[in-house]
Amino acid sequence: MAAVVAVALISADIRFNQMTATRASLSAVVYPFYWLADLPARLGSWGEENMVTRSTALEENERLRGEAMLLQAQVLQMASLRAENVRLRALLNSSALVQDDVLVAELIGISPDPARHQVVLNKGSDEGVFLGQPLIDAQGLMGQVVEVAAASSRVLLLTDTTHAIPVQINRNGVRAIAEGVGRLDQLELRHVASTEDIVVGDLLVSSGLGARFPVGYPVAVVTEVVRDPGQTFARVTAQPSAALNRSRHVLLVFTGKLEQ
Amino acid sequence: MVQQGPQGTWVIAMSFAVAFLLTAWPLPQGLVWARPDWVSLVLIYWVIALPQRVGVLVSFGLGLLLDVLEGSMLGQNALSLSVVAYLALVLYQRIRQFNLWQQAAVVFVMVGVNQLVGQWLQNLAGLASGGVWFLMPVVISALLWPLVMTLLRHLRRAYRVS
Repeated sequence: MAAVVAVALISADIRFNQMTATRASLSAVVYPFYWLADLPARLGSWGEENMVTRSTALEENERLRGEAMLLQAQVLQMASLRAENVRLRALLNSSALVQDDVLVAELIGISPDPARHQVVLNKGSDEGVFLGQPLIDAQGLMGQVVEVAAASSRVLLLTDTTHAIPVQINRNGVRAIAEGVGRLDQLELRHVASTEDIVVGDLLVSSGLGARFPVGYPVAVVTEVVRDPGQTFARVTAQPSAALNRSRHVLLVFTGKLEQ
Repeated sequence: MVQQGPQGTWVIAMSFAVAFLLTAWPLPQGLVWARPDWVSLVLIYWVIALPQRVGVLVSFGLGLLLDVLEGSMLGQNALSLSVVAYLALVLYQRIRQFNLWQQAAVVFVMVGVNQLVGQWLQNLAGLASGGVWFLMPVVISALLWPLVMTLLRHLRRAYRVS
């Protein structure tokens, strides 16, 4: 009988997507396990931050101040560049670029099943997280939210075998689809014609087609292009820009807010 | 012998909680495939020790929670753990007579069935798998069985779970 119920549940889940609410409420029960399992790592980083010598702290302070200055100088340039960009776009009659809002979240767990590339975040619907929301880190796109509970959410990474993302080459705008292959350091581009202008080192950015991911975030860097004359398509592999197996502090992106 | 009512439910609950915690525990990249199937191990022990209390229904509920924890299809672990519990229920009288390593061999088969059912369901749903690596936890679980078994038996006797 249990088997029958289980089979019914599985089909309800994968065929009809009926189980989102049930899953969300059950998530509240299992969230503490992730929270607890993450505790030592959090205590460790807390200890590291709180038990440094005065000189180390001063040194780091100095370094960060320099870095902040540098970034500020770059932002100054950015402001004028952005204004120029808006003017040029207005001249071209194209729509204005949107400015994205972000929410800082912390990664508190990864899926115990190594065949699934999913991570658990400590932000949920209470903070406005929604299904399909894109996730980025400081280097690039990481994935999208596939499950939301009140205080936690689950994110499917770009490299999962069930994930694909529309991208374009930053250099020339050629479009492609980047698929995960189940390895954290690899994406594959599907159906790229052998004659396409794509070389090793090309930066792939999200193209915004499919209306799921915002435009222009770095996704991956091309690491290998194999053009076999016997094959219809070139085999293109790329390495994700985001530190998928390292990032702890990540950003959830709220798109669609028009720039002031 | 005076028959007593069920007691020590919290010990059973705690042992499962620890198993869930160990399942959610982050492992280094190289060891992800070597994670033992903690929930199955603890479940098998309790079914063998107290078949009148822990059975298919309990394992079904545990499986559902595990599904949410792992982010797998809702029902995948529920089904595979139910099968494991059923096997254990059928075989518990025999398993009790075995020594630790013979038991480990049976556990090897049961955890193997658990993983196989899980893989089968995943492939049925069209999710790719990581090759034969899914058998790795089976080996590790069987090797860990004597440890888990001894530990839980001590706990059961110390707290008179019945």
